[in-house]
Amino acid sequence: MTRFITSSFSHLILLIGILIMVIPVWMIFASSTHTSSMINMNGLQMFLGDSFYENYLRVLLYKGGFFKEITALKMFFNSFIMATGVAILSVITSLMAAYALVYYRIKYATLLFWIIFITILVPLELRIFPTYSVMAELNLVNSYFGLIVPISASAIATLFFRQFYKTIPDELLESAKLDGANTWRFFVDFLIPLSKTMIVAMLIFMFVFGYNQYLWPLLVTTSEQYWTVVMGLKMMSGSIVHRFAFVMMSMVPPILIIIVLQKHFIKGVFQDK
Amino acid sequence: MKKVQFKSSYSQYLFLAPQLGILLIFLYWPIIQTFRDAFTMQDAFGFGTQFVWFDNFLFIFDDPAYFIAFKFTIIYSFVITLITGSIGLLLAVQANNVMHGKSTYKTLLIWPYAIAPAVVGVMANYFFSERFGLLYHLFNNLWGFNWYESVFDSYIYVIIAGSWKQISANFIFFLAGLQAIQKSVIEASMIDCKNSFRRFWTITFPLLMPTTFFLIIINITYAFFDTFGIIDTTTIGAPSGETRTLVYKAYMDGFRGLDLGSAGAQSIMMMLIVLVITIFQFRYIEGKIHYN
Repeated sequence: MTRFITSSFSHLILLIGILIMVIPVWMIFASSTHTSSMINMNGLQMFLGDSFYENYLRVLLYKGGFFKEITALKMFFNSFIMATGVAILSVITSLMAAYALVYYRIKYATLLFWIIFITILVPLELRIFPTYSVMAELNLVNSYFGLIVPISASAIATLFFRQFYKTIPDELLESAKLDGANTWRFFVDFLIPLSKTMIVAMLIFMFVFGYNQYLWPLLVTTSEQYWTVVMGLKMMSGSIVHRFAFVMMSMVPPILIIIVLQKHFIKGVFQDK
Repeated sequence: MKKVQFKSSYSQYLFLAPQLGILLIFLYWPIIQTFRDAFTMQDAFGFGTQFVWFDNFLFIFDDPAYFIAFKFTIIYSFVITLITGSIGLLLAVQANNVMHGKSTYKTLLIWPYAIAPAVVGVMANYFFSERFGLLYHLFNNLWGFNWYESVFDSYIYVIIAGSWKQISANFIFFLAGLQAIQKSVIEASMIDCKNSFRRFWTITFPLLMPTTFFLIIINITYAFFDTFGIIDTTTIGAPSGETRTLVYKAYMDGFRGLDLGSAGAQSIMMMLIVLVITIFQFRYIEGKIHYN
């Protein structure tokens, strides 16, 4: 009986927590399916209206007066390129750097370690204007390269991979060496397959990180052709229901990725069974 | 370090080169420029720069707005850490308690983590708008809430907006921490201590210390840096600069005010703050907690 009461209490608390998370998003979604005059007269809505297709299609495809030069569809494309680029670039460079740090005897290893890891303490926000002027000097403003690379200058994934490599038993390398594997073969044929869960987790983490960037795209894209979704939220004009629809669509990709790949993400980050 | 390693004169550098290259060009070069900016000043016409020692730093210490931003950032990190940490812990403990539906609850509580702070801010905007914002009207009826004018009310606005999604991250990490505690420890404690409330605070919570301190750092970093998108889409510093974080103020001074010297000096001050927090964590906290 006590067991039943405590567990009902737990379910109740969890339900309240879920409602706090779901209700705001649901209300914006429900409101996005109404007409602007409805919202302006009656405020945010709890129930669905019947302008779903009309509102969402207009936001996705309309350009000119609404977004001046760019459609929301193009912004999604840009965000996708940016997030994928950040994920792939940072994961590949981190995998390699962590490999060198763990599996090689390097001169000045401690120094190199600190050169790489101290960067975690200096997020992009702290060096935003100098980074911009470096990009301007290199002529990389308004390019996918400019959106991607400075965001990928992060050693967080390196830290995770390094921790993970350290848990791999020494015997693996010994037996690989006996089999005649050289450093590249060992890296590609043994280590990468072993790190699969970790790699997927870091790809998800960096994808969401890249997709959610706001300040950097705001600064480094003066041409609308390179606008991303998250920064576009601030830039766009249009009637209230179209804004709602755009907000709703902007959160779909990262949420979907987190929910669908949830198991891999949690497994990798926490290294649990 | 591994006992068995590769020895080579060059191939390790090939593996290090891509990351080091990116870090040097896009991280160290800008950091060096930040220092250069911080110690120089542009003349009024933008013709040249002059080395001015610590003048930029003296200017920001003389600026009352800097202390307002400093105060707000400290309050903001503290309150966000407290709120999201305790709600996240509460939910994680309940989710760890239930027999059925654990993974469903996990899924239903994890997704807000993925939403960009700027998107959260735009959403919060709708709930706090004077025209049709539900929370605006609710609070307004309760005590005459008006974030355009009242500093306290604007704090409430940005704290709610800033805490909402961060509860998820705290929940995930606390739940993982709880699940990592060995069953035998919990079972033994159940025999020794019948009161589940006391059992939690004397046995479980101390075992969660590593997770807790990790989350404190995560939440402080979030409040310092990631909330830029929230401030920029909600109050924009309203009523008059009281809800600007240090990062937001540095950005505004550099971007709107074109004062790169001041922005650089403010960035260096923030680097120092982050460094102090990190050292504090390693020195005093890491040494005092038990990892099981």
